[in-house]
Amino acid sequence: MGKIFKFESDVDTDQIIASQYLLYPSIEEMAPHTFESLDPDFAGMVRAGDYVVARDNFGCGSSREQAPRVLKELGVKAVLANSFARIFYRNAINIGLPVIVCKGLCDHVKAGDDLEVSLTEGVARVGGQAFACTKLPENLQTILDQGGLIASLEKPSQDKED
Amino acid sequence: MGMTIAEKIIARAAGVTEAKANDIHTVELDWMMSNDGTTHLTIDMYKALSSQKIYDKKKLVWIVDHNVPCDSVKTANSHKKMRDFAREHEITFYEGAGVCHQIMMEKHVSPGELIFGADSHTCAYGALGAFGTGIGCTDYLYAMVTGHSWVMVPETLRFNLHGQLKEGVYARDLILTIIGRIGANGANYMAMEFGGDGLKTIDMAGRISICNLCVEAGAKTALMEVDDIALDYLKAHGREAKQVFAPDADAVYARVYDIDLGEICPVVAKPHFVDSVVPAEECLGLHIDEAFLGSCNNGRIEDLRVGAQLIKGKKVAPTVRFLVVPASQDIYEQAIREGLLETFIDAGAIVMNPNCSVCWGSCQGVIGEGEVLISTGTRNFKGRAGHKDSFVYLGSAATVTASAIAGEITTADRL
Repeated sequence: MGKIFKFESDVDTDQIIASQYLLYPSIEEMAPHTFESLDPDFAGMVRAGDYVVARDNFGCGSSREQAPRVLKELGVKAVLANSFARIFYRNAINIGLPVIVCKGLCDHVKAGDDLEVSLTEGVARVGGQAFACTKLPENLQTILDQGGLIASLEKPSQDKED
Repeated sequence: MGMTIAEKIIARAAGVTEAKANDIHTVELDWMMSNDGTTHLTIDMYKALSSQKIYDKKKLVWIVDHNVPCDSVKTANSHKKMRDFAREHEITFYEGAGVCHQIMMEKHVSPGELIFGADSHTCAYGALGAFGTGIGCTDYLYAMVTGHSWVMVPETLRFNLHGQLKEGVYARDLILTIIGRIGANGANYMAMEFGGDGLKTIDMAGRISICNLCVEAGAKTALMEVDDIALDYLKAHGREAKQVFAPDADAVYARVYDIDLGEICPVVAKPHFVDSVVPAEECLGLHIDEAFLGSCNNGRIEDLRVGAQLIKGKKVAPTVRFLVVPASQDIYEQAIREGLLETFIDAGAIVMNPNCSVCWGSCQGVIGEGEVLISTGTRNFKGRAGHKDSFVYLGSAATVTASAIAGEITTADRL
C-alpha cells in the first residue's frame, strides 16, 4: 500500500528533473529536485512504496535517464498512467522501475489516496475499486524481473574475461 | 508485403530479410552517440560492471555540447570524467565543436545506418535516410558493451509533401504545424517517413530541422527518402552512401498524410507544449525579453543567413537580448567568412560559441521569473529555458529575428 502522487497529461522529463541538475555527480544529489517545478514538496513528502499516477504521455521530451532514476531513488514503487512516452518507458524498465499502463485510473483517484498494485495479477486497487493494468510485453517483463537491463550483462552464463 | 524505410533498415541491421511493425529484433548498431547530458552516469555504471569491455570503440562518438564552456565545478568534474574516459579508451571525442546532432550529420551519419544516441533528438539523422533513435544511458551502456540492442519495429506514419513553401515560410514552420496537428504523442512509438515531390524543394538544413523535431510528436525515429540533395550533402562532407533504402510501393502505413506546402504559414508554439501551435499572427505584439537563434534544430548556416539578411542595417530592440549561436564550429567559420556574425554583432546581438545554449536551459542565457523567450530551439516546456515561471515561444529563424528587432512577437514580412 502506498500513497498516490497525481499528475496530469504530457508531464515531460524536464519537469521530473530539470536540466540544471543533470550534471550533478550523483542521482542522490539530484533527487531532492524531483518534480520541483510542478510540486516543490514532492521530494520531501514521497515515501518508499508510494506511487506516481498520471494521465497521458507521461515522460515525454528529453531522453534523460535521470528522470526515472530520481523517482526510483526516492522510493517510488511504480508509475501508473494511461500512456507513456517511448524513451521514458524504455529507460524505466531498463533501470527496474515498473511503468504500468492502467487506463482510466487517473480519473478515479485523488492525490493522497492509498493504492495497492499487484504486478502479477495485473491489478491496481484503490478504495475498494479494482483497475486492470496492461501486461508488459514478455521481453520487457524479463528485463524487469531480473532487476533491469544491466543485470543481464552480469548473468553468469555470459562469457567473462579473465 | 512491402516494407517502409524503417522496416528495411531494421531488417538489414538484424540480418533478416523481412521486418514488420511490432516485431522485436536484436540489431547490430552502426553508431552510438553520447553527450555530456548523461555520459558521466554511463561511465559510473560501466566501471561498476564485473567485466568491462567495449564492443567496438570505433562505433562510439562522444560529444561535449550541452554545457560548453562549462558553467560550474560540478559540471567541470562530470566533463573531466567523460574526457578522461574517452582518452583512455580512444573513443572519438568532440568538445566545443558544436551540438552533437550537427556534428553527427557533418562527420558520421550515412544512409541506411541504425544509430542509437543518448539524446532524444537523434531522430535528426533521418534527413540522410538513417534510423536514429534516442535512448537513455542504461541502453547506451548495454549497446556499448555488446554492440547490439533490441528494437521493436515501429509502425510508420507517411507524410507526402506536395508543392512548395511560400516565401518567408520555412521547414521549421512545417514541422511545427505537423506536430500541432498530430499532437505531442501523435507519433508515439512510431516512425515518421517523409517523401513526395515537395521534399525536393526543401534543402538539407530544412530536412534536418524537420526530422530533428519529430520526437516532439513522440516519434521513435524520422526518415526521409534519400535523393540527390541528400547524396550531394554526404559527398560535400567526404562520405559516400553504401546503402540507400526506399520504401516499397506497397509498404504498409498506419496513416498517410498529404500536405500541401503552399498552405503552411509562419507559426509559433506557445508555452508550455510543442504542440500548442498557432499562426504567428495570433501572437503579434506579445512582449519578449530574449530571442535565441541557434540549436540542433535551427542553428545552421542557412538559418543564420535568414537572420542576418533580416537584421542587416537594423538594431536589436533595446529591451531584448538576442543570442546567436551557430550549431557547429564549421558553421561558425562559414558565418565569419560570409560576414554574418559581423552583421549580427553590428545589430547588437550576442554571438556565442557553438553549444546547446539556452535551448536546454542550464548554461548560457537562461531567463528569469516571468520573462519571455522566443526561440528556434527544440522545446518550450515549463522552465525549459530557466525559471520555472518563465515562458518560451518557438518559431522560425525569420520569426525569431524579426521579433528580436521589434521587441515583440512579429513576422518577417511585418518589419
